[in-house]
Amino acid sequence: MASVTFVPSQEEEDAYEEENVHQVYQQIAHHFSSTRYKPWPIVKQFLTDLKPGSIGLDVGCGNGKNLSVNKDVFIVASDRSENLARIARSHQPHSTVVADILSLPHPDSSFDFAISIAVIHHLSTPERRVGAIREILRTLKPASDTVPGGKALIYVWALEQKDSRRGWDKGDQQDRMVPWVMKGTASAGSEPQVFHRYYHLYQASELEQDINDAGGYVLDSGYEKDNWWAIAVRSGPESS
Amino acid sequence: MKLLTANFLTCAVKGCKAAASSYPLHFKDAELELQEVDFQPEFIHNIIPRIDWEGLRVMANELGFPKIPDSKPEGDALNDEQTMRDLHRLLLETHVVEGRLCCGNCGHEYMIKEGIANFLLPSHLGKTKNSIVEIRVYADGFPL
Repeated sequence: MASVTFVPSQEEEDAYEEENVHQVYQQIAHHFSSTRYKPWPIVKQFLTDLKPGSIGLDVGCGNGKNLSVNKDVFIVASDRSENLARIARSHQPHSTVVADILSLPHPDSSFDFAISIAVIHHLSTPERRVGAIREILRTLKPASDTVPGGKALIYVWALEQKDSRRGWDKGDQQDRMVPWVMKGTASAGSEPQVFHRYYHLYQASELEQDINDAGGYVLDSGYEKDNWWAIAVRSGPESS
Repeated sequence: MKLLTANFLTCAVKGCKAAASSYPLHFKDAELELQEVDFQPEFIHNIIPRIDWEGLRVMANELGFPKIPDSKPEGDALNDEQTMRDLHRLLLETHVVEGRLCCGNCGHEYMIKEGIANFLLPSHLGKTKNSIVEIRVYADGFPL
């Protein structure tokens, strides 16, 4: 196992993710999209349960596979990869823009819900991961006496996945480069192309901690098929 | 980009969020296209309460559309089919395919190309302060 140590400076963190996350997704967008077609059960349930007319965000929407679940709500989806955003926009009545999770182009305190599925684990420092969650929470409607606040569903890849083909488990390294292999076409006889994406693998209770640090309150959380998930709201005034 | 989408967008620059002049964003050199979508009166009916009406009025006006009602349709007006059809056309079928979206506070302009608006900021505008940290990254073997 090869290891690389590096020390990102303030300026370099953006550049690091640009090279090791964003550019990779730009290049693998179509192949990635062809392998991602089914919403995960808890994501599907969360979206199905929304009240018709709800307005929300899908931050890091990828190919937009979660946009097909509920056509009675309106979702403004965004992705850092323009190629993925273009693939995602076919899902009516929803809409897609290109945006960065740390600088979302949405007003404060406006949305009924947000999802961010398999996205936050691509940010390369704890500060950036908490910052991303804070940015999502900022867009949610705060609770009032009469209406509940907006809810966010967040999924991240788990370190504890010893039964997966990767086989990582508790105690293993959390920051990793994970290969994406695009097989060459048989007719052209070309070699498979391998791209590496940066991931921070979350360990048990780390997602809940990041949500708390970002000013959120966890309503529910759990583990589903190699991922940690949590449903969060903005903390009420009594706890802030 | 649909006009409905633009109703839920503002400047991506952090410091602009609190400024009233950052919302709505202003279209410049907008090239419009009509893209027909099935009329779903229920959908329009359900989202109207969530529309920022003043924001929509400003945008529709700047794009040169005939004046839309002064106030948001409520009550019986929501059962009027023509009103629902007009709003369906304006919110869901009217797309800005090329042009720019401009922030009234900082003046930053976001490009719209082939119907997709790009809100990525140049690095000097998007920076967040972070401490210098050391992380170790392990390259794995190829599991496939």
